[in-house]
Amino acid sequence: MRETREQRFDKIIEVKNVTKVFDDVTVIDDINLSIRRGQFVTLLGPSGCGKTTLLRMIAGFTLPTSGNIIIEGQDVTQMPPYRRPVNTVFQKYALFPHLNVFKNVAFGLKLKKLDDGVKTDAKGNTVKKTRKLTKSEIADKVNHALKMVGLEDYGHRDVNSLSGGQQQRVAIARALVCEPKVLLLDEPLGALDLKMRKDMQVELMKMHKELGITFVYVTHDQEEALTMSDVVVVINDGVIQQIGTPKKVYDEPANAFVADFIGESNILSGVMVKDFSVKFLDTVFECEDKGFDKNEPVDLVVRPEDIKIYAADSGKGQLSGKVLTAVFKGTWYEMEVEANGYEFTVQSTTEAKPGANVRLGIKPDGIHIMKKLRTINEFKGEVSGENTVDICGGTFEFDNKDGLEKGTAVKVSVGFDGVELTDDESDGVIGAFVTQTLYKGTYYQVQIYTDTDEDFYIDTTDEWDIGDRVGVRLDPAKIKAEPLAEEAENEEN
Amino acid sequence: MKKISFRPAFFALPYVVICAIFVVFPLILVLIYAFIGSDGSFTFENFKLVFTQSSNLTLLLKTIGIAALTTVICLLIAYPTAMVLASAPFNRYVVLALLFIIPMWMNFVLRVIALKSLLFMLGVDYGFLATMIGMVYDFLPFMLLPIYTVLTNMDKSYKEASADLGANGAVTFFKVTLPLSMGGVVSGITMVFMPVFSAYAITGMLGDASTNVIGGKINGLFTTTSTWGVGSALSFVLLILVFLTMFISNFITARAPKSKPSASTKGGVAQ
Repeated sequence: MRETREQRFDKIIEVKNVTKVFDDVTVIDDINLSIRRGQFVTLLGPSGCGKTTLLRMIAGFTLPTSGNIIIEGQDVTQMPPYRRPVNTVFQKYALFPHLNVFKNVAFGLKLKKLDDGVKTDAKGNTVKKTRKLTKSEIADKVNHALKMVGLEDYGHRDVNSLSGGQQQRVAIARALVCEPKVLLLDEPLGALDLKMRKDMQVELMKMHKELGITFVYVTHDQEEALTMSDVVVVINDGVIQQIGTPKKVYDEPANAFVADFIGESNILSGVMVKDFSVKFLDTVFECEDKGFDKNEPVDLVVRPEDIKIYAADSGKGQLSGKVLTAVFKGTWYEMEVEANGYEFTVQSTTEAKPGANVRLGIKPDGIHIMKKLRTINEFKGEVSGENTVDICGGTFEFDNKDGLEKGTAVKVSVGFDGVELTDDESDGVIGAFVTQTLYKGTYYQVQIYTDTDEDFYIDTTDEWDIGDRVGVRLDPAKIKAEPLAEEAENEEN
Repeated sequence: MKKISFRPAFFALPYVVICAIFVVFPLILVLIYAFIGSDGSFTFENFKLVFTQSSNLTLLLKTIGIAALTTVICLLIAYPTAMVLASAPFNRYVVLALLFIIPMWMNFVLRVIALKSLLFMLGVDYGFLATMIGMVYDFLPFMLLPIYTVLTNMDKSYKEASADLGANGAVTFFKVTLPLSMGGVVSGITMVFMPVFSAYAITGMLGDASTNVIGGKINGLFTTTSTWGVGSALSFVLLILVFLTMFISNFITARAPKSKPSASTKGGVAQ
């Protein structure tokens, strides 16, 4: 079914340049997002990525530090939650414990004012009349909503006597009965057990289809997001990483983070030899991507189910490997296979025993190439001495081959392998927090955030935990500094 | 050898012993004295005296009035204060809350004496006003603390849910915050009303003839006129009244979480 032009541009929610800073920490960093009417949109990301903050700003519980939020063409940035045409299903239900099920659901309806024609006041002006819903209207709507969530006989029940799943249904009924333009759901199934969660997923999808209203759903469960949504918005570190259909974010992740976060994946670094040809693990593979520079370093993802296992003597496949572990997962086997120093995760219906030598084959459509977010760490700084340069609030030694004068503004670049992290912050020149780590088979790519708001990427064989405080040292031999040319600066601006 | 098993109930033993010696035994003594006449024989004369003296009844009513007024004033001051202290910007400063609690750490006779000098300096005459100031000053923390505790522990998502469903600040307060904090309010009322009901030290120190309360009368019956029998009978009546208040407040607390807003939301259940 092709959508019309109107449908495509019918935005119900627009988030424009929204930034949120809590206690000097930027939780949401200049996010732009449009949500189309009637869609089921999921905000997906690891905990602490800012997805709930974004939802709360749409609901009105949190005000953005800067930027605008527009619902139905109306700027609601400063509007209190009780005036917004949205309703929320809370993570912990937030059902009123002093009211029974019926009264919980009726809460919003009792406050609702309906247009009731116009009347002429004493001065002869026409004013809009409003009226409250009558008791029987409220009862009809509440009972209808309870029926929709399968709790029609529970009206008189105390909310505390209900199970988690039933409470969640009441919370959904309570929000839907107000007939919102947009239903916001903040990890609504997080507290339910697996079976119940699966059932509720199906029911929520059904409700979305029947009601036709827009759902904005927050979750950290990538499977849930892929199952339910029309559109998935992947968020990390307060920044949108990718917006797309579930199939798109799974098959064509925009970057290594998305690939790692969504589904199981093998992430490798490679080089584009030429169009449709990529080299990694010292082997050239055919692929379906083009348009990269010759020999451009790239990240690439291979899904575990896209790797075929062949017998060692079959002559098929591109890589030779050795099975390390094999676990039966119900319908397939999940195996760790080492090949050319990389540990591949492979899912296959045929089992290979641990210790067996095998051949691995990857078809061109099984390789997805992603632009590297960054290939080198680059900072602006200043030469501060004969052999030292100041960057990121620290003074680092370097090999001043070109004899740069003290005070020269320079562009400093350090390879991912030129950075060393230390356990003890005082052992490093500057301190930083670990913000991300990505396992790339043979090493970890760690991202750190310095006190001067700059990022370093580091390739290391050590494992670091997100949130760790570390010291940073640079290898003097791997620091390159070149004078900052005026033109270059202009170009960047 | 027999093994001694330690059940948790054993740990309550010291309390049970203390309770028996200092609470149950004196109560029994009061009960016995109440039925013993001046000549040492069994009699209902003491109770007859208590109920026939009209001054006792007016005194009792006045005591209830003073206790109720103190409770209401404490509630009116404590609830908004607790709300401010429990609200986001202030709740971080525990010191602020402590400021209201610290007076409780001082001996209350000391506090009343200090207040007495202060009122004297300000030119407030001893009497009804001074008594009320003293009572409220003394019992405010007992009202504040339970309400503050309830409000700080209240999940803020209830307020958010209310706002989300279209309720503005005032509606949210009356339909959500207040009903959910009823537990704290009721225990605050109990903790203020009951001690004020039997207090006589403050009225004695800050009041005049107009603020005589039943507690003072009982004190007089024991210490001045040495009519222990009548004093015991009056104490016994007071005790019954206090039990009654406790029973009523417990009844309200038990119903509180789901009772309050029903008045405005009654009906409509179409089953």
